[in-house]
Amino acid sequence: MAVRRYHLTFPKELVTEPVIYYLGKDFNVITNIRRANVDQDGGWVDLEIEGDEEEIERAVESLKRKGVGVDPIERQVIE
Amino acid sequence: MRRIKALRCRECGSEYPIEPLHVCEYCFGPLEVEYDYDALSKLVTHESIAKGPTSLWRYYDLLPVDSPLHECVDLGGGFTPLVEATRLGEKLGVRRLYIKNDTVNPTWSFKDRVVSVAVTKAKEFGFDTVACASTGNLANSLAAHAAKVGMRCFVFVPADIELSKVVGSLVYGPQLVAVEGNYDEVNRLCVEVASRFGWAFVNINIRPYYSEGSKTIALEVLEQLNWKAPEHIVVPVASGSLLTKVWKGIKECYRIGLIESVRTKVHGAQPSGCAPVVNAFKLGASMPKPVKPQTIVKSLAIGNPADGIYALRAIRESGGVAEEVTDEEVVEAIKLLAETEGIWAETAGGVTIAVLKKLIRQGIIKRDELTVALVTGSGIKTSEVVCESLREPIRIQPRLKAFEEALQKLQL
Ligand SMILES: Cc1ncc(COP(=O)(O)O)c(C=O)c1O
Ligand SMILES: [Zn+2]
Repeated sequence: MAVRRYHLTFPKELVTEPVIYYLGKDFNVITNIRRANVDQDGGWVDLEIEGDEEEIERAVESLKRKGVGVDPIERQVIE
Repeated sequence: MRRIKALRCRECGSEYPIEPLHVCEYCFGPLEVEYDYDALSKLVTHESIAKGPTSLWRYYDLLPVDSPLHECVDLGGGFTPLVEATRLGEKLGVRRLYIKNDTVNPTWSFKDRVVSVAVTKAKEFGFDTVACASTGNLANSLAAHAAKVGMRCFVFVPADIELSKVVGSLVYGPQLVAVEGNYDEVNRLCVEVASRFGWAFVNINIRPYYSEGSKTIALEVLEQLNWKAPEHIVVPVASGSLLTKVWKGIKECYRIGLIESVRTKVHGAQPSGCAPVVNAFKLGASMPKPVKPQTIVKSLAIGNPADGIYALRAIRESGGVAEEVTDEEVVEAIKLLAETEGIWAETAGGVTIAVLKKLIRQGIIKRDELTVALVTGSGIKTSEVVCESLREPIRIQPRLKAFEEALQKLQL
């Protein structure tokens, strides 16, 4: 089992969708929100995802396909 | 006397011991070093600082290290000139302008400040390997400091980068890792490598210590102005760490009695092609929204800045503003600074000077206000951006007459 921490950025269009609920339903992962701020213009969620490494990868891919910005909790580390 | 208290979460305030930690286990907020300011007030005076070495380590007491001074990793970074910029000031219409010239650091950028502290702390923690993901200033500095102390060094870059771009790092002998992946994939890999291997990834797991090194640029400015805070300071913003720490440094000096008041407006400068902090400032938003960078200013091209939110808070708390400038304005500003003050800045310095110009024009910085602009890296690293817009040479026959004729035409 692996644990990964992500900073997710939600565009306006996705705010009304239960994106994180589906993550736990469609993939064999456990999600745990630590901090978030979402309003009608979009928002962000700091999320922990626990599961097999490949399963986490698949979950992350699905988030990206939906248009969610997926970064590590550290944001951008390439300078 | 214990100077350093703990690591503290910037969001929820949880405390952690002084260890290689960087994220709060509860809320995932970033951790920051907290000092015992009562102890520091007794320990640190203008005189004690004046007795220190002529490097960034003269502010040893305000840095999060425990090694004795002679064991701190030191290439001679910091203690750079604060130049009174009379000619540039005249051009821009201000009378009390200073340039903090950090182009003269050992690897030609202010990153030598953060890296000195990070590598010292990594050694203290017992790491034998340091690493970073960088195509520029950070990698140059880390590779050089690792060489100085004989630590193993890894530098990660996206595989499509030209090798000629990383010579300034490779010359110091690090292991370069070219990662075949898009930018986001490389970014994520580095975070995973940092957590899997027992390495000091300086801007990831050592970040709370690393970033404190940035404070020294502000401390120097204050000392060089005879412990008087300027009214304005213009700071380039990438990850937002430098600006955040400039503000923290000024406030700490006030808190321990080194300056009499905190009156400095801290202004953030970004290129239009990567301006998440400026965007958020202008929208009145609390958090920058990530952007995809598109600018010649590679050293400030961080689209999702780790400390963007704190930079934003620092700007607002200080009464400063955030402003952006186009790539063309950046090139113009690099030339203006070089031609008026004899200082050749890289693109980040161009951003600072171009924003300075804009703030003066907008009346935010007034004619008689004491102003400092941070020029944080040398133009020698980004010479390609100016080479097409420099004065044309004249070509002549090897005869005095030919030269006289040419000179007349020039009307210099
Ligand atoms: C020359 C130069 N100036 C300024 C910065 C901005 O620093 P920060 O990432 O702390 O905002 C950087 C690095 O990112 C840089 O290389
Ligand atoms: Zn916390």
